[in-house]
Amino acid sequence: MAETREIRTDYLARVEGEGAMLVRVRNGALEEVQFRIFEPPRFFEALLRGRQFTEAPDITARICGICPIAYMAGAAAAMEQACGVELTEPIRLLRRLIYCGEWIESHVLHVAMLHAPDFLGYDGAVELARDRRDLVELALRLKKAGNELMRVIGGREVHPVNFKVGGFYRASTPAELRALVPELEWAREAALGLLRWTASFDFPDYERDYAFVSLRQPAEYAIERGRIVSSTGLDIPVEEYERHFTESHVERSNALHSTLEGVGAYLVGPLARYANNHEQLSDAAKAAAEEVGLGPVCRNPFKSILVRGVETLYAIEEALRIIASYEPPAPPEVACVPRAATGCGCTEAPRGICWHRYELDEEGFIRDAKIVPPTAQNQKAIEEDLVGVVRGSLDLPDDRLAHVCEQTIRNYDPCISCATHFLRLEVERL
Amino acid sequence: MSAVPATPTLAVWKFASCDGCQLSLLDCEDELLAIAEGIEIAYFPEATSRAVEGPYDVSLVEGSVTTRHDVERIREIREQSRLLVTIGACATSGGIQALRNFADVRKWIPLVYASPEVISTLDTSTPIADHVTVDLELRGCPVSKAQLVETVSALLAGRKPRLPSTSVCTECKARGTPCVMVVHGTPCLGPVTQAGCGAICPAYARGCYGCFGPMESPNVNALARQWRELGVDHAELVRALRTFNVNAPAFREASIAGG
Repeated sequence: MAETREIRTDYLARVEGEGAMLVRVRNGALEEVQFRIFEPPRFFEALLRGRQFTEAPDITARICGICPIAYMAGAAAAMEQACGVELTEPIRLLRRLIYCGEWIESHVLHVAMLHAPDFLGYDGAVELARDRRDLVELALRLKKAGNELMRVIGGREVHPVNFKVGGFYRASTPAELRALVPELEWAREAALGLLRWTASFDFPDYERDYAFVSLRQPAEYAIERGRIVSSTGLDIPVEEYERHFTESHVERSNALHSTLEGVGAYLVGPLARYANNHEQLSDAAKAAAEEVGLGPVCRNPFKSILVRGVETLYAIEEALRIIASYEPPAPPEVACVPRAATGCGCTEAPRGICWHRYELDEEGFIRDAKIVPPTAQNQKAIEEDLVGVVRGSLDLPDDRLAHVCEQTIRNYDPCISCATHFLRLEVERL
Repeated sequence: MSAVPATPTLAVWKFASCDGCQLSLLDCEDELLAIAEGIEIAYFPEATSRAVEGPYDVSLVEGSVTTRHDVERIREIREQSRLLVTIGACATSGGIQALRNFADVRKWIPLVYASPEVISTLDTSTPIADHVTVDLELRGCPVSKAQLVETVSALLAGRKPRLPSTSVCTECKARGTPCVMVVHGTPCLGPVTQAGCGAICPAYARGCYGCFGPMESPNVNALARQWRELGVDHAELVRALRTFNVNAPAFREASIAGG
């Protein structure tokens, strides 16, 4: 007679959005794993049709309140490509600077408030603050340093208003940015402290041989532009994405699954960027990575918390570097005249590459839109992680197994709002 | 409003949305721990695994209703909540996803999904108040952090929160921002949009794009005339009204009216 056990956790907490997980175990053997996303669909690609190309950054920002700059920057880059314009270097640097702000706030939110509680046995950051108020206060202040970049350059933290196709409505003044320097200098030390703290956690001994996919730039750690590269040898301009990557709609999910031709599941995000581009990190970020025991490649998804810490430090240093030599772009935008064309844009959202394609008519109306967010790309890798983790943990009692599964999903900082949402966790043992 | 218990309980709920409004609560870096001392965060899955059973003194609701399941869920939440506050444009007006209310959503599904038959969705995106009684609405895409803190503090103190009902224009004046329409000829929705954001857009040299939705009794016709004088065609005005508060009655009706 078959052994039947069923475990259900109705809502996976501390992720952005709503989804579900199912683990089915029959006669003590893992039968199936599904990471499901059933955030109600909002049909952005459809509602963009008929809108002006200039509207895409503000509209697509609403896909995600945690990483709006990723959407604004990707949409703007695609429209700029469609219009055939290149940004001036000062505009590009101001974009990179606000993007650094988003990396800092998003990474620190995940590291300290969503992910760290898993390693320490707390329900969340508020509960953690009862015992370690100093650490939570430090993390909140650090997150705020990132948010201040968003607020000063973009006007507000969530859905910044000062960002447009071609550049900005208004260039920040040198004085506005210089005023942020003391706090960013504090943040540099604080980020190192936060990283050292997370390095003291116990990490499950689990590694996988991922295909790492990220952007790459010759001269800097890629954030707001680059070619798409993989650890399996891919190296393509962003407009060739669809020739190599395929999205398929899986019945159980409101998100679309992505695969890389000839490879299958692949990984985007901090581990992928770090594996592909770590040599381009700043000296201090490289030294910090070495200090906490990260080699040139990290294949342990639970240690993504360390890589996020290293990237946070890098983003702070990069912000300081950009501010130090900042010259306000004048004018703050490059004129973009629409034409009948297709444009693609891809940037490194905190959770990994976020790809856009838009087809415009001669008047600049959007005829077709396609957006591939990072969490949708990682969905297969998350499921494969779950398979590996569950196989190694079948002897755990149900509540512990459920916790390890949730933690495995949270390793990805999954943004289910982006991939579409509802987090429910079900473990069925039949 | 009546006094609340010594340690009131707070629940935060999500419907169709981008998470940006509940994130704004976590973005109150200076106030968050103090708020957490004054209330019991009983349910806030984006921030904590801890989940306490209802009833709750205050429920903050983000997002719009777009599925049959969510129609049921918001009723259950209402039953469990002494005060229900909607946070942001999705919850108060239906959000950008309410653009579907002007289209045939059945035709949209295949544009996004290859297996449209498995997608479960309603034809409309509707605000929470279309389904249950709402005690207080916070506008904005996203909500203003200052209004969020003011609202939670006021509810804790058992008083009515101070929320403006004037237009964004008053905030430009208060901030000392010269009128972008008058000075630069930039089309701006400020005269018909409810205040609360602090008039950010004009301070960044762009027109207000209406993310706080219509003010009470807005004169959209007068604004439409002003925009025409600035050389804006009717289709552009319609698009401007059809964004994050497209389903708010004043914007919806003005966007349907002929040019």
